[in-house]
Amino acid sequence: MPLWWPLLVASLLFAIGVYGVLARRNAVLVLMGVELMLNAVNLNFVAFDAQLRDVLHGGQTFTLFVIVIAAAEIGLALAIVLLVFRTHGHIDVDDLRSLGESGLDELDRPRRRA
Amino acid sequence: MSAVEAVFVLLSLVAVGSALLVVTTSNLVHAALWLVVTLGAVAGLYLVLAAEFVAWVQVLIYVGAVVVLLLFALMLTRAPTGHTDDLTVRRALPAAIVAGLVALLLVVTVVAGFSDVRIDLDETVVGSAEITGRTVFSMWVLPFEVLSVLLLAALVGAIALSKQEAR
Repeated sequence: MPLWWPLLVASLLFAIGVYGVLARRNAVLVLMGVELMLNAVNLNFVAFDAQLRDVLHGGQTFTLFVIVIAAAEIGLALAIVLLVFRTHGHIDVDDLRSLGESGLDELDRPRRRA
Repeated sequence: MSAVEAVFVLLSLVAVGSALLVVTTSNLVHAALWLVVTLGAVAGLYLVLAAEFVAWVQVLIYVGAVVVLLLFALMLTRAPTGHTDDLTVRRALPAAIVAGLVALLLVVTVVAGFSDVRIDLDETVVGSAEITGRTVFSMWVLPFEVLSVLLLAALVGAIALSKQEAR
């Protein structure tokens, strides 16, 4: 099969992940976008591993490492999300302005969800 | 088109279609369940590309653990289970434009760069558990050990964050 088939799928998955990270308001949905992007990268690694016929299987091994790092990342990120929920009562990334500049906050005050 | 290529195309369509549903559905729980479909289809793509062990690790860790963690997070943040209107930002068009530009750039690059390269799957060595284990514990053993320290640090960090009192 042509090498660009898996690369095309990976590119589309990555772009969909970018849209998810940018457009979603719920922090957990943002994390799902990140997972999609990581999977796109993994697909690239596996495709090039198959194409180059790497004796050491560097691509597949690195894919395993990326999966482990993604698991560590999701564990930490969900701990942070739960902490944000406990302190703010919501996990809407648009409304988390406590680290923003106060002047900007006055100009563009987001509508609070009930 | 051979049978392997047909399977690859079908799995690709499933992966991309369900990924689109993950980022556009208006139901939080459905997004997590569509993510299962996407990750499962990607695992199938790994199998087609002769990465057998990676595919099973993907099923175990992503479909098994990560999605369950995400569902737990949705449950613990009292996410609404039904249809929700404001899951997407009010002005989603710039995000769609940026994502479209990313897709355009990547697709043009990979098609222009690798249009004449082929994967010969008949002669590829399947990355079975034996072969993957042999390479991980001979060539990549130092990164493997460093990774275990990283996992420990992430574990300690997650516990420390969870034990913190809310101010």
